[in-house]
Amino acid sequence: MDFITLIQVLDSTIRLTTPLLLACLAGLYSERAGIFDIGLEGKMLASAFLSAAIAYVSGSVWLGLLAGIAASVLLSALHGLASITFRGNQLISGLAVTMLAQGFTVLVAQDWFQQGGRTPSLTGAGRFTGITLPFADALEPVPVIGPIYAELISGHSILVYLAFAMVPLTWWILFRTRFGLRLRAVGENPAAVDTAGISVTGLRYAAVLICGVLCGIAGAYLSTALQAGFVKDMTAGRGYIALAALIFAKWRPWHALWSCLLFGLLQAVALRFQNIDLGGIVIPVQVMDALPYILTVVILAGFVGKAIPPRAGGEPYVKER
Amino acid sequence: MTAMTKLLGAAAAVALGTGAAMAEPALIFDLGGKFDKSFNEAAFGGAKRWADETGGSFLETEMQSEAQREQALRRFAESGANPIVMTGFAFGDVLNQVAPDYPDTKFAIVDMVVEQPNVRSVVFNEHEGSYLVGMLAAMASETDTVGFIGGMDIPLIRKFACGYAQGVKAVSPDATVIANMTGTTPAAWNDPVRGSELTNAQISQGADVVYAAAGGTGVGVLQTAADEGILSIGVDSNQNYLHPGQVLTSMMKRVDNAVYEAFSDGTDLETGIYVMGLANGGVGYALDEYNEELITEEMKAAVDEASAKIASGEMVVHDYMSDESCPAVSF
Repeated sequence: MDFITLIQVLDSTIRLTTPLLLACLAGLYSERAGIFDIGLEGKMLASAFLSAAIAYVSGSVWLGLLAGIAASVLLSALHGLASITFRGNQLISGLAVTMLAQGFTVLVAQDWFQQGGRTPSLTGAGRFTGITLPFADALEPVPVIGPIYAELISGHSILVYLAFAMVPLTWWILFRTRFGLRLRAVGENPAAVDTAGISVTGLRYAAVLICGVLCGIAGAYLSTALQAGFVKDMTAGRGYIALAALIFAKWRPWHALWSCLLFGLLQAVALRFQNIDLGGIVIPVQVMDALPYILTVVILAGFVGKAIPPRAGGEPYVKER
Repeated sequence: MTAMTKLLGAAAAVALGTGAAMAEPALIFDLGGKFDKSFNEAAFGGAKRWADETGGSFLETEMQSEAQREQALRRFAESGANPIVMTGFAFGDVLNQVAPDYPDTKFAIVDMVVEQPNVRSVVFNEHEGSYLVGMLAAMASETDTVGFIGGMDIPLIRKFACGYAQGVKAVSPDATVIANMTGTTPAAWNDPVRGSELTNAQISQGADVVYAAAGGTGVGVLQTAADEGILSIGVDSNQNYLHPGQVLTSMMKRVDNAVYEAFSDGTDLETGIYVMGLANGGVGYALDEYNEELITEEMKAAVDEASAKIASGEMVVHDYMSDESCPAVSF
């Protein structure tokens, strides 16, 4: 493997990691506050659809992004209503959100555009295009550093930089602010938070809404930056992979970055090298495709260390018995 | 009395006639969805053409999950729909079990052979059509490297790839064909993001024409090819219009004709294996106002010559599914 190929694989890794990372951080906020969310997939899908639809109708990708976030936040609020206010089962509610999004996006898209559950192709200002960072062209001839900067770091859409910037920001919010301390506490021991006179419900809603915003950005990235329009079920299980990455990362922001990058790298390698020949032994592409899942099982089996979820995760908070 | 008998007889005949007319044909779309701009949409096009021409109506349903296949088949059969046409190889096993239970109902399955007395198995010689677009790809390529992106890794898609690679090698024996599959599950038919990444990977390996046989995933392939300024080849339906001037051609698989004929035959549908190839217009390549500037006279002449030879049986394109191997490309 030569240097240029390596850069191309890593470039692909970054593109594939971005939606995973955003969804993973979204799940992190929600689950740290004690609300399990398996509806990440559905929220991304709803956002992917509405952002593409609005971007097409208005011709502005920024309006599309806002609409996508709005759709995702709406579904988040629904999940919050079911699991926080009405104390329903969080897994069922999450699953319902995903199923609702899967059906609704295609139905609305068909009624709106008559293109069989797709949105028309986006062009021009209806898409997020790559940003060339300053000095990228000037630095390109420099060996090693030039291609790394010009090809790998520069040239992605703004949402990619946003996603990666969210990692330190999330770490700072969760571990260095009062809000973050309370958010983590509400996922571990909501009764203690309540005793301190802080609203459990309010904190959990805040976490769920942040989760909605991040999923919204992830969905918009899929349909308006990576692709030029929405296609039925285009998230293709990325919400679930993000959940696996979250468990892998043991609910910590920096680890989430590494686990998402690892999953992105495995996908990129599987796409670039379909059959890997290791001195006579050919590893078929199916093994590479399955690796993220095998890794997750290995992690869950406890080989790399136990992944302990937030203690109050999945349980609705009941103030008095 | 005789008048009465005649009247009753006439009434009975009318009743029987309407009874036969009531047997609406039914169409079941596979997981790719009715509007996949490709395979299933072609089937819908054929059914719609039949409905427009005859004024008849037809029943239809779209699969949402693997588990619904048998349920959908039985429901249509029990509601009296006849014939029942389904698109997709995945119906094969289910139909094999269901068909004997409804001996009076005629079934037609596209892309799979089911050996039951009341089933018509429509199979296409995709390798022949793919051979033609492979020739076009090789002639249009400047880097002598062309790509193929399949959907789910199944023998049928390998058949596309194999025919394509043979066409490429027929024009330039030294050309490189990069063949990739999107995945091994049905999700591979609807993952344009993966399609895009595969296209990028092939471009970085030097490909400048990419053939997508991947259902909805192909939308991502064609999009990325257009964004990156290389040529792409569509599949099943004519996809030239998606990116005018940037889609070299489309391998047309006339699923619409298969459905149209099955619907037209109605309950008199002849069963058995029904092969649609170059000889009877079942496959071909698309040439229209969107790609006429990309296909030169020489290219057209070469392809038409090969097409005539294949149709007449003078030249044989190797079918991957006949022996599960391909002389022109390895997977």
